[in-house]
Amino acid sequence: MSIRHGLLALLERGQMYGYQLRAAFEESTGSTWPLNIGQVYTTLSRLERDGLVRPLPESEAGQRPYEITDAGRADLALWFATPISRTDRPRDELAIKLALALTTPGVDVRSVVQAQRSATMRALQELTRLKYGSNRPEDLPWRLVLDSMVFQAEAEVRWLDHCETSLVRHQPSGPAPPAPPPGDADARDAARWAGEEARR
Amino acid sequence: MSGADDAVLELRAVHRTHGTGPAAVHALRGVSLVVRPGELVAVMGPSGSGKSTLLALAGGLDRPTGGEVRVEGQPLGALDRRGLAQLRRRRIGYIFQQLNLLGSLSALENVALPLELDGTSGRRARALAMTALTEVGLPALGDRFPDQLSGGQQQRVAIARALVGERRLVLADEPTGALDSQTGEAVLHLLRRRIDAGAAGVLVTHEARHAGWADRVVFLRDGVLVDTTAPLGSVEQLLSGSER
Repeated sequence: MSIRHGLLALLERGQMYGYQLRAAFEESTGSTWPLNIGQVYTTLSRLERDGLVRPLPESEAGQRPYEITDAGRADLALWFATPISRTDRPRDELAIKLALALTTPGVDVRSVVQAQRSATMRALQELTRLKYGSNRPEDLPWRLVLDSMVFQAEAEVRWLDHCETSLVRHQPSGPAPPAPPPGDADARDAARWAGEEARR
Repeated sequence: MSGADDAVLELRAVHRTHGTGPAAVHALRGVSLVVRPGELVAVMGPSGSGKSTLLALAGGLDRPTGGEVRVEGQPLGALDRRGLAQLRRRRIGYIFQQLNLLGSLSALENVALPLELDGTSGRRARALAMTALTEVGLPALGDRFPDQLSGGQQQRVAIARALVGERRLVLADEPTGALDSQTGEAVLHLLRRRIDAGAAGVLVTHEARHAGWADRVVFLRDGVLVDTTAPLGSVEQLLSGSER
């Protein structure tokens, strides 16, 4: 997602100036995505350049509010209507790290898996605690953001469990296979786990 | 192990071996664990890692072949069968995936049963059972029989039975079973609340999302505790992200 669409969505509620936008953005994401005011103004000036928002006259207090334009509304509607593509998301560093761990001599892959599982589990505990503490009806948007992070962390732990099970099932069966070409991020390849086992 | 004076549950270098000689299976190998009041510890690990054995030993349902298990400072090994049964009824609550509710008893009677078995008068047992049913949000369903309740309601009755009276130690084995995610979460919410009120709990689960409710998560592998999550920071630290 872009901060851009976040700001457009907020301006759809009504005109706001920079600090109000920043506060509203953090409120709707439960402070899980802190923004600095510089990012807000940079984004606003790009939105203005693209004709998606327009500045209004300064208030007496010297604050300049912005409002969304019709083009901005159309852009926002398109964003809501379009699913987010998985390929647009950043590559999974963890999967790449494990794949590299398997093919790097002297790395104990099980320790890498367990250290990650412990850290992810702890993050999950933290998220659960934050969720437990937000029971007011107005906390719902934040709870859903937290839930999303909870489910992602859970998926990561399940994947790590899966990796470990693959490691255990594929006992040493021969010499290590040749290293896969660089950039191959398929860490779930059982043959490579077997290779790691063989080296242990 | 030092500093365990206030421990509700303490495992000291506990071993559990099934069988002897070359066929022996070492289910637990030197596990030490302390659980204090207000603390929920989740135990995670692959199938066969010893999770359920650990819970059975903690609850006095099984005896270790080495080491010691203490509940509220009382070594379970020093108790005879009768003493152990009494401790289990009075101080330990169990929540299992199989609810083990008795179909011929109402919800209220199911919850009151362990107290009545322990010699509490019927009237007092029912009053305490009603308090426990209220705690789990079912004050109006006490006269229903298990087959008249939904899966989630049955699970709540089973939890009320585990929490009734003065239980200080709550042991849960995959307590959300086949419940949907919202109902399962409500179950964990109840467990968490009881722990926050001063009980101690051990939660065995393979679901990371459920273990997330714990203060500490320990990882078992091949009968050995291999890792523990670091203590949690304050909520302020979580929000500011200053720990990461």
